[in-house]
Amino acid sequence: MTEIKLIEIREEILKDNLIQADDIRARLKGKKIFLLNLMSSPGSGKTSLILKTISALGSAFRIAVIEGDIESVVDAERVAKTGTPAVQLRTGGACHLDAPMIDSALNKLPLDDLDLVIIENVGNLVCPAEFDTGAMASGVILSIPEGDDKPLKYPLIFTTCQIVIINKMDYLEGSDFDLDAFRQRVRRLNPQIRIIEVSCKTGSGLESWTSWLRDTIEAEFR
Amino acid sequence: MHELAIMERVLKTVLIHGENNQAAKIVAINLRVGELSDLLDEWMQRYFDYLSKDTAAQGAVLKIERTPIVCSCTSCNHSFTVSKDQLMRSCPRCGGDKLALAAGREFYIKDIEVM
Repeated sequence: MTEIKLIEIREEILKDNLIQADDIRARLKGKKIFLLNLMSSPGSGKTSLILKTISALGSAFRIAVIEGDIESVVDAERVAKTGTPAVQLRTGGACHLDAPMIDSALNKLPLDDLDLVIIENVGNLVCPAEFDTGAMASGVILSIPEGDDKPLKYPLIFTTCQIVIINKMDYLEGSDFDLDAFRQRVRRLNPQIRIIEVSCKTGSGLESWTSWLRDTIEAEFR
Repeated sequence: MHELAIMERVLKTVLIHGENNQAAKIVAINLRVGELSDLLDEWMQRYFDYLSKDTAAQGAVLKIERTPIVCSCTSCNHSFTVSKDQLMRSCPRCGGDKLALAAGREFYIKDIEVM
């Protein structure tokens, strides 16, 4: 009978990704480029928020966008229409963006002429939360029609972000979304997290988003 | 959903170690996965079986040990384990609610059993 032998490995499988994410952060910090990672379910308004951000901050910061999408290029086309450099990563069925993908996307951008790169992660609350992209800050967008119980179902994503953007506030009236319960659930997972309320459609609350982003970028490079 | 990407990395790693140790066949892989990870045992095995076809790791069994979620209190430094549905309530020692996640997200290959 063949003997079974035990070989020790002791390796953290996400280690390669973490190392590369740290490399990305260091490289971009040296160039004073802020990398922001935006995550949400499909249809919560990631692209809309990015377009609003470009129109509000486009004169203060030179912005580019990395679009993660499973198959299409629709979002990248919407962003490119504004004249903003956009790289589309077609993930071909993969459910998240990881550091190697972001690294290859960054290599396609004119980094010497940029101040802010926004990652639109794949629409999904589970997988993107597990992979560090190299971003200096991450935000999760949650829209009113999705309901206030998402922090209970997808806790990890709320622990890895610095800000929650509640979008589609114009739908609040007539819905049974409990804002206080939602805030409490999120804070229980992440007491330091910032929670803001916006409507990309009406424009309400967008100032608090753009001023948070501006302050966070300034604090990073101070 | 991202079991596929993770299992690709597991396979790559175990094949390298197997080859370095002149193993003819990898029969089992001992993994330690944090409770907070959304990876499902059944799907990990299924994807691994699919990816490992015609390699030295074909047919290897994934032995998955779940490691607990550990929170630590930023006020009194007390560390304690919690279940996934009771995440980050408050510190059982001082009642503080500023907690940090200390463990529960890991995905660790402990060792492999080879022939």
